Amino acid sequence: MTKVNMTVNGRAVSAEAEGRTLLSSYLREGLGLTGTHVGCDTSQCGACVVLVDGQPVKSCTAFAADLEGAEVTTVEGMANPDGSLGVIQQAFQDYHGLQCGFCTPGMVMSTAALLAENPKPSEEEVRHYLEGNLCRCTGYQNIVRAVMAASGQDAGALAAE
Amino acid sequence: MHNFEFVKPSTVADAVAVLANAEAQPFAGGQTLIPSMKARLNAPEILVSLTGIAEMNGVRRDGGALVVGATTTHAAVARDAASHFPALAALAGQIGDPAVRTRGTLGGSLANNDPSACYPAAVLGTGATIVTNAREIAADDYFQGMFTTALDEGEIITSVRFPIPEKAAYAKFLQPASRFALTGVFVAKYASGVRVAVTGASEGGVFRWAEAEAALSSGFDADSIGRLSHPSDGMIADLHGTAEYRAHLVRVMTQRAVRAAH
Ligand SMILES: Cc1cc2nc3c(=O)[nH]c(=O)nc-3n(C[C@H](O)[C@H](O)[C@H](O)COP(=O)(O)OP(=O)(O)OC[C@H]3O[C@@H](n4cnc5c(N)ncnc54)[C@H](O)[C@@H]3O)c2cc1C
Ligand code: FES
Ligand code: FES
Repeated sequence: MTKVNMTVNGRAVSAEAEGRTLLSSYLREGLGLTGTHVGCDTSQCGACVVLVDGQPVKSCTAFAADLEGAEVTTVEGMANPDGSLGVIQQAFQDYHGLQCGFCTPGMVMSTAALLAENPKPSEEEVRHYLEGNLCRCTGYQNIVRAVMAASGQDAGALAAE
Repeated sequence: MHNFEFVKPSTVADAVAVLANAEAQPFAGGQTLIPSMKARLNAPEILVSLTGIAEMNGVRRDGGALVVGATTTHAAVARDAASHFPALAALAGQIGDPAVRTRGTLGGSLANNDPSACYPAAVLGTGATIVTNAREIAADDYFQGMFTTALDEGEIITSVRFPIPEKAAYAKFLQPASRFALTGVFVAKYASGVRVAVTGASEGGVFRWAEAEAALSSGFDADSIGRLSHPSDGMIADLHGTAEYRAHLVRVMTQRAVRAAH
């Protein structure tokens, strides 16, 4: 075991990690940040996506020890400083972009990565970017709507309806 | 997953020294290796991360060639190769999903040589050179069948030198569940002739389609291969497509690549 240091949601943190400790375990078990969900644990579903140095990463498919010094943002870091929901989270609530909510942390983090790179994506760009985030509940329509709303665009009409 | 010692050297020489140990294995983006270690298909005692080695990272123009460091991520190739070699950048931008592209690397993809992976088609389709810590390997000698390459134990890919074509394109028929290619074709036109490399289709892994290369070298036009058909012997057959279906896709995707080439 060695100590691995990172900045998580703007806070300097340190926790023990073995070689095999995944970033998802480091966050959930090491730091108690259980907002990051592990769905498949096989790199397929995207529920575990967090931002590492601003880019989306499947936290079940990265070793904590490989990320010494990294800046990580998890869904806990998406809320406003007063604890109220951030813009993306609020849009998911407003547009019913979730049902069971299991995929939502990954959806929110992938959305954050998308909007940082492309602040006004088209519907097609949203669907393409979220390809690696699987949802078993919503059928995606309301997720796409929520992302359109979060980017300040009209969430009313979607092409596929 | 079995535990291991994680090391992150900063030079090729240091990495190669650790990899002399038979229980050590290189590690890049982990997008293939971590899932296979979870499944205990791989259980190295020492994992040697290559991503801390600055000389192995980045995209660099060298005359008529584009040199891509082995640890350059798919996302970085999609961004940094775009103005030099758009077909390669477009291929990298279609690998997996954004999170896979943040971490996955060129070298990891080539060392793994998955029969449905995208990069092998670009490397073979351009006749690129694979540069390792020990030697240079021509693409035609490098790929030796499904998950098999010319790399020796402990040898690492440091970069790949792609001769930039006059025109090229990669046409990928997506297998939407895995996000790999059900069949993908990379076509590249050079003054010396046209190369066509096919991934996803053959049980032998990536291969060149000689008849299409000959036809396209005498006229770079999708119609010139309209009458060709690729035999279905040795094609992959699974629940996503029969051998005949993949053989058919070989021609269709070659034509799409020719039409898209620029
Ligand atoms: C959901 C998902 C979708 C994907 N979709 C696609 C796709 O559409 N197309 C596609 O082509 N790929 C796809 N991939 C695979 C992806 O591109 C991987 O990133 C790539 O195959 C392996 O690269 P890596 O850097 O992650 O390597 P790692 O997983 O770190 O390593 C893979 C293997 O290569 C060895 N290795 C790594 N670097 C070197 C080196 N420089 N020299 C020698 N050996 C080395 C390792 O020891 C290991 O055996 C997908 C993966 C996932 C999880
Ligand atoms: S839990 Fe990481 S991709 Fe599914
Ligand atoms: S809301 Fe249930 S998996 Fe997406």
